[in-house]
Amino acid sequence: MPVRPLSPHLSVYKLKYTMLTSGLNRITGMGLSVGLVLLVYWLVAVAGGAQTLARAERVLAHPLMKLVYAGFIIASCYHLVAGIRHLVWDTGRGLERAQSERSAWLVTIISVVLMLLVGYGAWLAMARAP
Amino acid sequence: MRRVLGAGSAKSGVHHWWLQRLTAVALVPLSVWFAVSLLALPSFAHATVAAWMGQGTTALLLMLLVVVAAWHSRLGLQVVVEDYVPRPGARTVTLVVVNFVHILLAAAGVLAVLRVALGGAA
Repeated sequence: MPVRPLSPHLSVYKLKYTMLTSGLNRITGMGLSVGLVLLVYWLVAVAGGAQTLARAERVLAHPLMKLVYAGFIIASCYHLVAGIRHLVWDTGRGLERAQSERSAWLVTIISVVLMLLVGYGAWLAMARAP
Repeated sequence: MRRVLGAGSAKSGVHHWWLQRLTAVALVPLSVWFAVSLLALPSFAHATVAAWMGQGTTALLLMLLVVVAAWHSRLGLQVVVEDYVPRPGARTVTLVVVNFVHILLAAAGVLAVLRVALGGAA
């Protein structure tokens, strides 16, 4: 296979916030792939019965896992909103520079609001059933 | 001809692009449903979770979520690998591992939900 330059050429551009929103989408996506492993682990544990779930909860209900779950909430909210921005782009809309700068801020604001909402919901759920 | 063979499009790029979008669109309602119904559970004790997973609608949506999310994740990680693993040999091996892990995840998730839904769980 011929040697070709690899994209993205991260080091040749001056950093700009619209680049950060794009890079974050990839990073949060990779984080969510790990989340998928955890989701399947939980489903399999439930299918294994009460004792299997109790054993899995030594991992899943570990206090440090709250940090991981918080990370998943942040990642999934961001990836969802940023992903919808990508779907809008796919229709050919919002691709002008001014528009994409505006939507970068919009994505940030909406996803932070969503994170707080889901975070609050998760806090309520944990308070109900630790 | 010999110089360009293998260096260009295999006509699979559009297919990849389209499936990435298709799964993305499907994941919007699926992930919102999952978050809302998970956080609405009265507890995370086995009996409660198993009863929830055993309902027909929940089981169906959970299986869809796992399969579509695994598919989307596979396509996404494939692009990451193609971007950052330059050596062809290492790249192929990584892609094979990515594929296998995702198929395993999807199959294990579906099987787990089916076991609970069809009453196979102890």
